[in-house]
Amino acid sequence: MKKKLLSAVIAGFMAATPVMAELTFSALSYRTGAYGNNGIPFADGYLDYFTLLQERDGGIGGESIKVIECETAYNTEKGVECYEATKGEGVLSYSPLSTGITYQLIPKVTADGIALHTMGYGRTSAKNGQIFRNVFNFPANYWDGASVGIKHLLDINGGDIKGKKIALVYHNSAYGKEPIRTLEELSKKHGYELTLLPVDHPGQEQKSQWLQIRREKPDYVLMWGWGVMNPVAIQEAVNIRYPMENFIGVWWSGSENDVLPAGAKATGYKALAFHAVNSDFPIFDDMKKYVVDAGKAAGAGDQVGTVLYNRGMYNAMLVSEAARTAQAIAGKSNISQADMIKGFEALEMTDEKMAALGLAGFGPSFSVSCENHGGDGMVAVAQWDAGAGKWNVVSDFQASDMSVIQPLIDEDSGAFAAENKLSPNCD
Amino acid sequence: MFYREAGDFSKTYREDSQTFPIRFDRYRYYAVLLIAFAIIPFFLNDYWVNAIFLPFLIYSIAAIGLNILTGYCGQVSLGTGGFMAVGAYATYKLMTSFPEVSMVVHILLAGGITAFVGVLFGLPSLRIKGFYLAVATLAAQFFLVWLFNRVPWFYNNSASGQINSPERTLLGVPITGANTEPWAVYLFCLVFVALSAVIARNLTRGAMGRKWMAIRDMDIAAEIIGVNPLTAKLSAFAISSFFVGVSGALFFSVYLGAVEVGEVFGINKSFLVLFMIIIGGLGSIFGSFAGAAFLVLLPVLLKNVLVTGLGWPTDIAAHLEFMIVGGLIIVFLIMEPHGIAQLWRIAKEKLRLWPFPH
Amino acid sequence: MPDQLVYAMEVFLNGLMAGVLYALVALGFVLIYKASGIFNYAQGVMALFAAMTLVGVMEGQVPFSHLINAILGTKVHHFGWHLPALIGIVSTVVIMVVLAWLVQRIIFKHLVGQEPIILFMATIGLAYFMEGFGDMMWGSEIKKLDVGLPQGINLWIDETTYNIFDYGFFIDNLDIFATIIAAILVGGLVIFSQYTKEGRAMRAVADDHQAALSVGVSLNFIWIMVWSVAGFVALVAGIMWGTKSGVQFSLSLIALKALPVLMLGGFTSIPGAIVGGLIIGVGEKLFEFTVGPLIGGATENWFAYVLALLVLVFRPQGLFGEKIIERV
Repeated sequence: MKKKLLSAVIAGFMAATPVMAELTFSALSYRTGAYGNNGIPFADGYLDYFTLLQERDGGIGGESIKVIECETAYNTEKGVECYEATKGEGVLSYSPLSTGITYQLIPKVTADGIALHTMGYGRTSAKNGQIFRNVFNFPANYWDGASVGIKHLLDINGGDIKGKKIALVYHNSAYGKEPIRTLEELSKKHGYELTLLPVDHPGQEQKSQWLQIRREKPDYVLMWGWGVMNPVAIQEAVNIRYPMENFIGVWWSGSENDVLPAGAKATGYKALAFHAVNSDFPIFDDMKKYVVDAGKAAGAGDQVGTVLYNRGMYNAMLVSEAARTAQAIAGKSNISQADMIKGFEALEMTDEKMAALGLAGFGPSFSVSCENHGGDGMVAVAQWDAGAGKWNVVSDFQASDMSVIQPLIDEDSGAFAAENKLSPNCD
Repeated sequence: MFYREAGDFSKTYREDSQTFPIRFDRYRYYAVLLIAFAIIPFFLNDYWVNAIFLPFLIYSIAAIGLNILTGYCGQVSLGTGGFMAVGAYATYKLMTSFPEVSMVVHILLAGGITAFVGVLFGLPSLRIKGFYLAVATLAAQFFLVWLFNRVPWFYNNSASGQINSPERTLLGVPITGANTEPWAVYLFCLVFVALSAVIARNLTRGAMGRKWMAIRDMDIAAEIIGVNPLTAKLSAFAISSFFVGVSGALFFSVYLGAVEVGEVFGINKSFLVLFMIIIGGLGSIFGSFAGAAFLVLLPVLLKNVLVTGLGWPTDIAAHLEFMIVGGLIIVFLIMEPHGIAQLWRIAKEKLRLWPFPH
Repeated sequence: MPDQLVYAMEVFLNGLMAGVLYALVALGFVLIYKASGIFNYAQGVMALFAAMTLVGVMEGQVPFSHLINAILGTKVHHFGWHLPALIGIVSTVVIMVVLAWLVQRIIFKHLVGQEPIILFMATIGLAYFMEGFGDMMWGSEIKKLDVGLPQGINLWIDETTYNIFDYGFFIDNLDIFATIIAAILVGGLVIFSQYTKEGRAMRAVADDHQAALSVGVSLNFIWIMVWSVAGFVALVAGIMWGTKSGVQFSLSLIALKALPVLMLGGFTSIPGAIVGGLIIGVGEKLFEFTVGPLIGGATENWFAYVLALLVLVFRPQGLFGEKIIERV
């Protein structure tokens, strides 16, 4: 009886103690399933950055950080379950790393008032912040990528690609179909011939598509792949001896685990990039000291510095900087979900800010506004050097052709607005 | 002691041939309905509805549908995912083309369209039997998924190929879209589930069900005594596809809200529903519910226990989840090969004798 | 020679090669179904597990390293050795035999005499379990499998056909190897089942369990043997596919590709699996080449099934399957 009373009193005290305020972030990751091998480095980078902020700085603006990881296995139903399970914990932003889950969550986050940050994936027309009030896809989206890909081809052909044949090898899903409209519009503008080659999930068998490429000999091949489709495609391209420097993948098809299996012959393969692709940044020293060596790395610690790891880290950095901006606007450190949305919308990523974080020149500078939730769409082209085992950026960051893209964004966001009876507003 | 037929007399033929002749069963059934309709809606929140109840209810309808085809009529079908996709896309086209018509009408029409498609893809069953038929229905599965991915008309020419469920209301309450109340969607699906279960139970108890079971058990003998295999098999396909179509329609419009056909209605969905009915018990309506509960709730429960409760890394928890589900399936099958429904039947038998041993 | 015809010939040859790879996977199914009437849904996962074990043994991975590190806080990942492929393959075969023994002992001994669909469900449970177990043991990252098989275009064929047709055919070296290995494997299996005592016992069990028991054939031993051979076939299939696309989760999905092969060739015939595989491979690739571009491509997924379905409509037991004689 006495014991029971004592424990009840202790429980009462514990309940009465104020809970330590903390900022909660979510990590909807996938470490299993058909796309797990690409999801693992991204999740590692994302989690490690938050761990770094917690260990080195004690959190953001003095507030402790808590990250809730939830395994989605790239599956939409699990994504919904993860979202519903975590939203009650005060999660400030969601980044599901899956276009399918993003489409799922867009209406839900709008109704629940939580920010959704889909960096370089998801619903491209979410750039139009007046319709998609809490969806952000800075710093670049797929249509920017397609446009800059074509711009790169224009650059290396002296500005004229009339009559050239360009093939798009794409994952036969919403993700892979994203660039088609833009590429078709650009083909009308620049006069090239576009061939579409869909590859079904999971993309293990691409013999037919690559035989067709070998027969038709397109001048350039663009790829929108993910998961096992990437290394298989690169291997097939090597097998048919397609010149690798004419093979350009989107940023999700340009990481080490895509090119390493094909070995030395994959050298020269290009990929789009919206951030730096190597590890020559001071932040990695901090990462090594506070996270990897301290044994707090999310994964095995062997992915640090790879492209997808960097991207996860970049994602976490943008989210934490948005939180900092939100804290500044709200005037308090314990921000709410509504404050976070304002923070995202007011985010300004300047070169000075990135340098102060140890990421000088890691990505382009941009600012977010209500009309533009998608940044400036600055994309560069990187090339793989198999001998040195690293990616090198071989073009400058360029902006996309907004004269073609803006009408498409207006059209798509207009269709969404009509279906859901929304009107553009910026309040 | 309480589960007895003694003293429970029927005074009319109607009473004698009712679904639950034993009074205890009837009262139990009414109690379940009462709890489901009148008590649970007050305790719901978004998580319980979206992660637990809605998937359970919707998969139950699909499981009932597949059970009619595979459990009662013996035609193994692996096209469930494709047929759910037909229901979903039919609903989408109806919702966007006729926004003023009520959701109830749309869902029933979607079921009807799926029934028609189901009959079409069920024609091979007249010639092919057993596992070969299962693999033949896979042709339906893959073809339908390809079709919905390929033809832009189905997704209203959207750039990404995804379909989104716009907001619709029923009696002034939103039941699709993002602004729904948990209790509203729960009750909406529950009504469909209850009606489906009642209809299925009565169909399988009647002449139609007996014809199906005759075909399942010995189709040549059935033909000899006058059961027309054509009408029996095709009606099984039609009615089963109706339920599966309704389930797919609800899956898209109420539960997920946005669907990408390759990922959501792929072959995994077909296998999942088939596993549900095998684990739950072939040829049993209760079995459909039991199997749906087992395969929908167990992973969620495991995830909550392992990740949230014990704090294990998510990938180890995911792998362990697979191992536990697989292990439990094997244990169940060794214990009771005829599924959870058989365990339930045995339990009821024992209960009728309790407290006497025999 | 008109261009299209030359291209069609190239596609035809590649289709034959692809068909061989499908047949390799289908063989495992046929073996188990023949001997015990079980449709082994876990065959694809077994191929994945075999390939993962091979890579793990060759690269000296510590099994369950992620789990051990999570529990004990250590950082062990590799033992540090690199074994040659042959030792790796032999060890993997031993592990697959142990697995066959365990599967027989723990699962199928208790399910003797059950209906086929129950046994099918048991293999589904096994597939789920092995998927989680394999990932837990060896990790779910993509792994490169290199047992020394050559990849890339076969230059001799390229040059010879160029001289004949003015267009060099693309035949992958790996596919040629796979064909040769598959031929040896099928030849070995046919010799085994026709001319050895154990093979005859296996055929007896496939015919009639009771009769086989009554002449003294040990059912348990035969089933363990059959599962081991199926495991070996799974390993070979896993090596071929794993070399092509890396060892990762999607490898288990190749089992789906084998299903139309089984439909076409019949569930109980070894030559049927090969012929079925070739027909599916050729049919699928030729259809994609001719009709595919007109209807948007990516037809390979469903055309194989439609083709098999059409054959089944005319011959319900498949091309080589046993005629289903039904008695009332």
